[in-house]
Amino acid sequence: MAVKTYLQAISDGLRQEMQRDKRVYVIGEDIGVYGGAFKVTQGFQEEFGAWRVIDAPLSETAIVGSCTGAAIMGLRPVAEMQFADFISCAWDQLVTVAAKQRYRAGTAVPIVVRLPSGGGFSGGPFHSQNPESSFAHIPGLKIVCPATPADAKGLLVSAIEDPNPVLYFEHKHLYRRIKDEVPDERYTVPLGKARVHREGDDVTVVTWGAMVYTADEAAKQLESDLSVEIVDLRSLSPWDKEAVLTSVEKTSRALVLHEDTRTGGFGAEIVATIMEESFESLDAPVKRVAAPDTPVPFSPPLEKKFIPQVEDVLAGLRDLAEY
Amino acid sequence: MAVAREAEPVSSLREVKEAGLDREDLLNVYRSLLLTRGIEDRGHILYKQGKIPGSFYTGRGNEAASVGVATAMGPDDVGTPLHRDMGVHVVRGVEPWRIFAQYMGRVDGPTRGRDGNVHMADNKLGLIAMVSHLPAMLPVAVGCALAFRIREEKRVALAWFGEGASARGDTHEGMNFAGTRRLPVVFVCDNNQWAYSTPTHLEYACENLADRAQAYGFDGVVVDGTDVLAVYREAKRAIEKAREGGGPTLLECMTLRMEGHAVHDDASYVPKEMFEEWAKRDPLERFRSWLRENADLTDEEEEEIAGQIKKTLSDAIRRADESPLPNPDDLTEGVYASPEDLDTPHHK
Repeated sequence: MAVKTYLQAISDGLRQEMQRDKRVYVIGEDIGVYGGAFKVTQGFQEEFGAWRVIDAPLSETAIVGSCTGAAIMGLRPVAEMQFADFISCAWDQLVTVAAKQRYRAGTAVPIVVRLPSGGGFSGGPFHSQNPESSFAHIPGLKIVCPATPADAKGLLVSAIEDPNPVLYFEHKHLYRRIKDEVPDERYTVPLGKARVHREGDDVTVVTWGAMVYTADEAAKQLESDLSVEIVDLRSLSPWDKEAVLTSVEKTSRALVLHEDTRTGGFGAEIVATIMEESFESLDAPVKRVAAPDTPVPFSPPLEKKFIPQVEDVLAGLRDLAEY
Repeated sequence: MAVAREAEPVSSLREVKEAGLDREDLLNVYRSLLLTRGIEDRGHILYKQGKIPGSFYTGRGNEAASVGVATAMGPDDVGTPLHRDMGVHVVRGVEPWRIFAQYMGRVDGPTRGRDGNVHMADNKLGLIAMVSHLPAMLPVAVGCALAFRIREEKRVALAWFGEGASARGDTHEGMNFAGTRRLPVVFVCDNNQWAYSTPTHLEYACENLADRAQAYGFDGVVVDGTDVLAVYREAKRAIEKAREGGGPTLLECMTLRMEGHAVHDDASYVPKEMFEEWAKRDPLERFRSWLRENADLTDEEEEEIAGQIKKTLSDAIRRADESPLPNPDDLTEGVYASPEDLDTPHHK
């Protein structure tokens, strides 16, 4: 077992799958010769050749659409969107074609679309978004949002194995900032199974992706006063309702945290489910901490205000504790 | 200025034999044409009788284009036929009773009642089910071709689209990508001259859509889509060229949509003279006359074939009508695939 960055874990997981399974290929913009905008596929083309590491034209529709065709023909495509934001250009191919093909026609579409997402470095409105909730609303798609290097690898392997279209959101702010031990051998982390990132008794924070670390910092700062449990969902579709409800029934207080904007965010679904199924165990109304309903701004003070910060989580946790 | 090649008509039996069809093949083409129109005619009657929910679409006028191209496909080739391409399903061997079951929303239709009308395909026969968003299936067919190229298989993908769909970006992205990689795909444009009520001069400004092929780095061919043999010959050339690594072709089949966009539409915006002119080029009648003049089709054979088709259709409708409607309790089943769904000929 070696210590690896989140980015290296994704890269190694992908490389291992390509070495193991000839059906797996990668396609995207600038992923071959250049190794990808974030270098996730650096060195892949030398190892696997230009027909398994495919530099595509600037054509998100053709990239995702062709993955669907190739998947139906028996391959296991892994597409890279250069930034998650550009997935809007392939909306139809994911939502209209890939997501509905199994239900309508009985045809499985085993594709993975990798989506470098999230803000924190002045990427502006088109290089910083977290569009997961838009897709969580679409029956037929699966959604994965790893927070740790070990999960990044294990969830990627599961996503490739899965017979459905899977959107794999990899948070750009975690790429080189987060390091941890990652097993060398092949392993899977099941989709739809949450992870308790930190155990606690007083309040539950439900979150995913980069916000796991924001929640963790807040929990550490409150350690002497409040025992915070952090549930890292790891995937949003399917999502681990049982793990959330079990934790909320233990702590009787819940805060849902996400980097995506507030209205219609996936947090609303979690809150509604807690209200429907665990209302009796609550000692306080469930709280949401999320980005405000604006595009992601560019200038640092604006972006800092936009992305939920440790202080926002602290304030939310204190409110809940005092209710 | 037109740059695409205009296909020649096929005139003699000798030319047909050179293109790979013997007399029995020709009779099968004739049967497929009759069956294609018969399914849609009978479907239209069932629709008027209230036995088919939703709407109803036909490909009247496009039978030769769809049958001609599908006849040129190899057994392991695949394609994404659209709503004017019933002939493709017929030629690939989808049983007519399952098509009627699909129309009627029964469990034995290829989509088991989850989708309607021509939104169907039998994956085992190399077909992928279309969606309404045209031409979203075009990049999907390109992906099939990409898979064949990656695995170095000598197979070809057929991507159907209409001239209306040619205005959308999926067409451009799919063709451009296929051109850059010289993928084994044939783009088949059913140019029936009307996108719902929109005429061609409001859809595109070039002379032929096939002219665009040159800009993508491959060949464009315009063919009379009412001449099943000319369509077959050009499709065969394009498919075999793709199979041998020669890259894509854009084959534009010129037809006229002889009915409305769907059965609710009386197509009153189409000039009457246009219908009259194209009615003289009815693909079934054209081929029947050709067979009589060039392949000695006899009255007895014609009668026998017509009788077979009639019986096939009646049996198919009866059998489809016996198929149950879906159980509402099964509504939520099958949204997600399970590993068993990968047990298809394509996932070896």
